Amino acid sequence: MKKRLLMITLAVVLSACGQPTPTNKAVFLLVDTSGTYTEELNKAQSILNYLLATLDSGDSIAVARIDSGSFSEKDVIAKATFDERPSMANDQKRVFKNDMDRFVDTVKTGSAHTDITGAILQATEFLNETGAGQKYVLVFSDLAEDLQKGHIRDFPLELGGIHVVALNVTKLRTDNIDPRDYLNRLGLWQKRVVEGGGDWRVVNDFDRLDTLIDGQMVNQI
Amino acid sequence: MLNDLLLLWSNRPAISLALWLVVLVTVLYLARDPAHQLIKSTGRAIYRFMRSAARAIAQIEQRAIHRNKEIILAQGREATEKFIEREFVRINEIVARDLSHYPALHRELTDAIERLENDYQAATDAPPLPPEWLSVVQTISELPRQGDPVVSSILENIQDEIVSAHDETLKAYQKSSAERHRLLNALQPQWRALANKLSKTKDVVAITQERADAVDKHMANYEAIRDNEDSIARSLTASSLTQFFIAGLVLFVAVMGGLINFQLIAMPMAEMVGGNSYTGGFKTSDIAALVIIMVEIAMGLFLLESLRITKLFPVIAHMDDKMRKRMMVITFSILFILAGIEASLAYMRDLLALDREALKQSLAGVSALNAEFRWIPSIGQMVMGFILPFALAFVAIPLESFIHASRTVLGVLTVALLRTVIVSLRLIGGFAHQLSKMLVFAYDMLITVPLSVEKLVRQGINARHSGQAELPRPAVESYLPLEDAEAEPPVVEKPKRSRGRNKTISELDADLAVEKS
Repeated sequence: MKKRLLMITLAVVLSACGQPTPTNKAVFLLVDTSGTYTEELNKAQSILNYLLATLDSGDSIAVARIDSGSFSEKDVIAKATFDERPSMANDQKRVFKNDMDRFVDTVKTGSAHTDITGAILQATEFLNETGAGQKYVLVFSDLAEDLQKGHIRDFPLELGGIHVVALNVTKLRTDNIDPRDYLNRLGLWQKRVVEGGGDWRVVNDFDRLDTLIDGQMVNQI
Repeated sequence: MLNDLLLLWSNRPAISLALWLVVLVTVLYLARDPAHQLIKSTGRAIYRFMRSAARAIAQIEQRAIHRNKEIILAQGREATEKFIEREFVRINEIVARDLSHYPALHRELTDAIERLENDYQAATDAPPLPPEWLSVVQTISELPRQGDPVVSSILENIQDEIVSAHDETLKAYQKSSAERHRLLNALQPQWRALANKLSKTKDVVAITQERADAVDKHMANYEAIRDNEDSIARSLTASSLTQFFIAGLVLFVAVMGGLINFQLIAMPMAEMVGGNSYTGGFKTSDIAALVIIMVEIAMGLFLLESLRITKLFPVIAHMDDKMRKRMMVITFSILFILAGIEASLAYMRDLLALDREALKQSLAGVSALNAEFRWIPSIGQMVMGFILPFALAFVAIPLESFIHASRTVLGVLTVALLRTVIVSLRLIGGFAHQLSKMLVFAYDMLITVPLSVEKLVRQGINARHSGQAELPRPAVESYLPLEDAEAEPPVVEKPKRSRGRNKTISELDADLAVEKS
């Protein structure tokens, strides 16, 4: 009996001292800046504000633009891992919001091409480095990829454990002529993400942003 | 496999089933006696086992009752001793404070009475009377004057003299009366002082009498406890249960207070230990807040223990006074510091809440508003943060009552549980016994056909041998299993009836064999 009690106590102590499962979140928001999609940037701003209000101490966030060649650190607009102290985290959020506001103000014309795959690769790299428990790639784009000549992106993606959410997937002029183009586009991306081990979702209704990230902001005040 | 067995006798299932039924009934008929014995002995075994188990548990229950009584009486004895000790201390204080001055008071009372007596004596002195000859002179002065001027003059002189003598006497009388009144006036404060002193003495004696009555009451309880009376044990148990529920209620209130306290300091604690650190699946900031509250409760326990209000730790109770006072100062200091920390954390919580609110408004694109009187909740939170640790410190008192009363409650619950088990075991045993009887009947119902045939055969034999022998009972009763249970040795202590029992089939068979032979 004593031995059993000792074993249980030891197990509890060891489980307490062991490496805990990470519970923090990491979100990478990809904002399409190609062509006429720049007109949608205000919506991206509101999504970012929602994310900043949702994420908490220890969580990570980054925003990058999707342009002609997106697999580059230069396209990262801002990134931060929020401090463990709530007051510092609030300050970081303010700075982050200012960076995003500044970026939206500076974008006037869209890029010539749209490298979504490169942007997702860039996001995957960042998310895996954070070691977060929950990883999200939010793609704010119409999902119409238009690669620059010579860029190679037709290879499988490695998205194990990453939730990919397509936001505000607008319909193109050609989609109105043949809606199957729109559906095929979504299906293609879903196939690529799922085959890469990721989880795919589409959220076009901004009234349902509360389902965007699991674990709602707990109002501790 | 089952189908093969079913169709063993014939390819037609009905015929095969009927054959199987015949075989089964025949086998059951042939195995009737051993089967009856098996069923009955199993039922009896279960019954006896359950009864034995119930008896064993009843002994444990009796021991538990005895032990509970011992404990409750010991607790009651200890509490009564404390009551009596405290009453004696109070009486001692009354005697030392009030009745120690009794000799001086007695002397004062004696002096006052003596003074009163002297003054009274002085006040009772007779006033001066007019001279004795004055009546004679007055008679002479009232004689008829008869017109003689000399006589008239003499008589007038005498009259004047008499009046003057009366005036002097009256003055002397008035003086004497005034003196007596003065003395009587002087008596009044002395009477009042005397009455006050007697009243005070009466109060002291009444208080002492009350304390003595209380001591008598506790002594009566103590004697009852010493005599192990059941009534006092029941009374103490009821009192203990009441204490348990009251202490439980107060502890529940304390837990609620602790939760409020936790909410007050958990969030700002994240500012100190980090908001994303986890220990064993729990936020480190939450654990830190909980630890602070626990430490406050522990300090409160030690403080009340040092003050000898509670007696949960004998080590502290046995400390010498100097060490105990040191411990009191140390625990109070720690409690005070923790209360200060909580107040500051509560203030920080308010600041963080404001900051978070401002950020949310900024993210929502709303300009931040400066709310008026925002300092009121800030002050309120700080005061709560400072007061709650001291309030939680007093949780030691209900905790002690709860722990002491829980022993009695556990004992009562144990006895109730044991009684339930005993009743259940007896019910199961009785049910098994009755079930075995029912199964015997059910068994005989399955083989009704061969038994009926047997009955007809027996009736035929009886008809043939009616002149020679007479069976005491109809043959149909012979297979009733009633006799089996009654023929068995008694299972319980009380003797079973043995008269008028029916014969078993084997006995009847033996009788028939004798008759045939």
